[in-house]
Amino acid sequence: MARTRTGLSPGLLLVALVPLGFLAVFFVWPVVAIVRLGFGEGGVLAVLGSADTWQLVAFTVGQAAASTVLAVLAGVPVAYLLARTSLPGLGLVRVVILVPFVLPTVVVGLAFRTLLPDGGVLAIVLANSFFNVAVVARTVAGLWSHVDGRAADAARSLGASPLRAFTSVTLPALAPALTSAAAVVFLFCATSFGVVLILGGSRYRTLETEIYLRTVELLDLSGAAALSLVQLAAVVAALSVGVLARRRRESALRLRGRASVARRPRGGQSWAVVGAALGVVVLLLVPVVVLVARSFDGGFAGYRALAGFGHEGSLQVSGWEAAANSLRAATDATALAVFLGTLASVVLVSLSRGRVRRGVVETMDTVLMLPLGVSAVTVGFGYLVTLDLLPGDLRTSPALVPLAQALVVTPLVIRMLLPVLRSIDTRLRQAAASLGASPWRVWREVDVPVAGRSLLTATAFGYVVALGEFGATSFLARPDTATLPVAVARLLSRPGELNNQMAYAACTLLVLVTVAAVALVESVGRSRVVEF
Amino acid sequence: MRKVLLGVVLVTSLTACTLSAGEPEENGERRVVLVTHDSFAMSEEVLDAFREESGITIDVRKLGDAGALTNQLVLTKDNPVGDLAYGVDTTFASRALEEDVFEPYRSPAADEGSQRYAIDDTNRLTAVDVGDVCVNIDPAALAARNVPEPASYADLTKAAYENMLVVEDPATSSPGLAFLLGTIASLGDGWREYWMALRGRGVQVVSGWEEAYTQEFSGSSGEGPRPIVVSYASSPAAEVAEDGTPTTKAVLDTCFRQVEYAGVLRGAANTEDARAVLDFLLSPEFQSQVPEQMYVYPARSDVELPETWQAAAPLPESPAEMDPAKIAENRERWIDEWRALVPG
Repeated sequence: MARTRTGLSPGLLLVALVPLGFLAVFFVWPVVAIVRLGFGEGGVLAVLGSADTWQLVAFTVGQAAASTVLAVLAGVPVAYLLARTSLPGLGLVRVVILVPFVLPTVVVGLAFRTLLPDGGVLAIVLANSFFNVAVVARTVAGLWSHVDGRAADAARSLGASPLRAFTSVTLPALAPALTSAAAVVFLFCATSFGVVLILGGSRYRTLETEIYLRTVELLDLSGAAALSLVQLAAVVAALSVGVLARRRRESALRLRGRASVARRPRGGQSWAVVGAALGVVVLLLVPVVVLVARSFDGGFAGYRALAGFGHEGSLQVSGWEAAANSLRAATDATALAVFLGTLASVVLVSLSRGRVRRGVVETMDTVLMLPLGVSAVTVGFGYLVTLDLLPGDLRTSPALVPLAQALVVTPLVIRMLLPVLRSIDTRLRQAAASLGASPWRVWREVDVPVAGRSLLTATAFGYVVALGEFGATSFLARPDTATLPVAVARLLSRPGELNNQMAYAACTLLVLVTVAAVALVESVGRSRVVEF
Repeated sequence: MRKVLLGVVLVTSLTACTLSAGEPEENGERRVVLVTHDSFAMSEEVLDAFREESGITIDVRKLGDAGALTNQLVLTKDNPVGDLAYGVDTTFASRALEEDVFEPYRSPAADEGSQRYAIDDTNRLTAVDVGDVCVNIDPAALAARNVPEPASYADLTKAAYENMLVVEDPATSSPGLAFLLGTIASLGDGWREYWMALRGRGVQVVSGWEEAYTQEFSGSSGEGPRPIVVSYASSPAAEVAEDGTPTTKAVLDTCFRQVEYAGVLRGAANTEDARAVLDFLLSPEFQSQVPEQMYVYPARSDVELPETWQAAAPLPESPAEMDPAKIAENRERWIDEWRALVPG
């Protein structure tokens, strides 16, 4: 492949155009259009100048930062458990920690209201981290399982305490994955909507809930535009902090295959970490168990009703059809997101391996993350004023569901793949090349085996996010294409005992479908991924 | 090479978008896109019968709650997302009329009762159903605490009902807003003192109907702690014991009238058929299903309510009402004032 001096080949440029083009059409254009409409109405400056706005910013960033810290603290022990130990049943742990991610926010919100009746900031932070522990655990585990443990062992035999060995040897090695995960979690928490609304009431408001109210209920587009700009600025600032943190830490690690690093925990400290990890897993499962128990409140009545079309026509699909609809939409979205995310990651890592200026790579990286940090309502209303110009008028089409979901899943895929790809020792690739391997061959023999597990994790995550996605789906799904989360919300919004039992039965079905789908993705993937 | 192949496979499967889309676009099919709110529901049999009789397929698209629906119609008025809209309610009707989203059409069936709720001289909106918001009570829980059942707005501020009422935030919930409007319509400028008094009696404010009704209210399956809740006149129809007796009750002097309207969208691709669908929304077949499908009351006066409804959830006779134009003019200011008065 002919390379220019910058390391940018024409082929790579072409590959880069695919994810960037998707982002331009389905994100940048709609957001710019709706914000411009807001500016047309005037009054943006007044909102920017109001003290109320800055209070919103402070609370949004504050609760997101607190939730992120908590999710990282809870997620790292679980990552250790998954990556460095070889206990029985880990496959199950790997799958079940993803379950919180898929639960409808209204159900989680109601569950946390029961646990903490006074609600407030603590409840919001706990609920947000509940959703996101898995992001940290799985992203960090993806890298950790390839980190050579001998450096830490050497530090220990030179007299370092376990804590010292962890903080000065292991932690720096994990930094790329940690910052990646933290960035994603921060964005998820900063834009979390349902739980903040339910647990915060009118006392605790965030930029996201306020943008929703102004856009959807008040059609105050200028106010919403102002807040969207503030949100965008806050997100870019947070991402830049992450980029700077990565800059200091970035280094190629000596990544190894998984089997050689996982072992039975030895010593008190190891078991203590394992104990903490199991404690986190149990806590994550408590709300899940509670809602499953609730679904049996009336015996099997909820399940029987779900097998049909619901109580007095509450649903136009049976529970099974809703499950099938969920799987279909999630499959489309995941396939698209993994495709786009892989292309973007390959481009980003190739650019940084070439002699492209670091700023360019980092800017592209940040831009690709933005869909996670911008309000879904802003994007959705943006679609209304732009997409009718495309052939086929996608504005209210169900075909938009997987596209909108892919917008959210793609950044996640990138954040899971990139740290691993970046950490691959370039000398390994140079060696392969000097032995005569073509660039394709180098990718296949060096990068794919190491990143395979992370790609798998990303696929599973994409699936889970898409399965649980509610905002875009509830807007765009037709009554006969309702997914399970949409069905749950619909049932909970109607009076009557049976509707409630059905809602929880549908939730349980969603949990089962999630576990089955993720287990399938992982087992198919595992047999394909060649590990060395 | 393999990657290229993979890419090709993915792209083809995407352009087909086989799985989720599945648009059965047959040639010459008559299709009306009905945009509506989340609560829309209708039995397949009724929709199928209409298709067979008229040759028109109704393509239902839900666009969120009544507010979200109206605002999306306003935003897309130059190129509407459907042919017909159903679900714009009293609170948002004025905005839709001001922005001229709908075009005039007087359905022949409107004379069967719908016209009672007419708000526009040029017939751009037609009333389809009525969904009043009322205070609901749990009589058994009140009896257990030895307090009489409240019968009016004023009763709720009495000491006997300390810490018993749960309401929804008018900024985030449509029944919450309706209840606030009801207090303003009934009490005039006294509404602020009234809410101060409610606050003194420990009124609880939550952000949505789900939390208020299914979690805090003692009369629902959630068996919460509070026996008085803001919900709908129709809610008691869903809370009926096995022997058929209702277990909750709506306080009929605390109701606010919410009418839901339908209208043909200006610039609709298929105006003629959209009118036919609007006629269908007012047909006895559709109207008689409205209570059990959507928990609202038919706009037609010659359609009987289901039996359980007649006992448990009759239509309020003299609810508070307010002119949609007045609501549109003051809504934001009232909500802001309310937020300053009542802590979340």
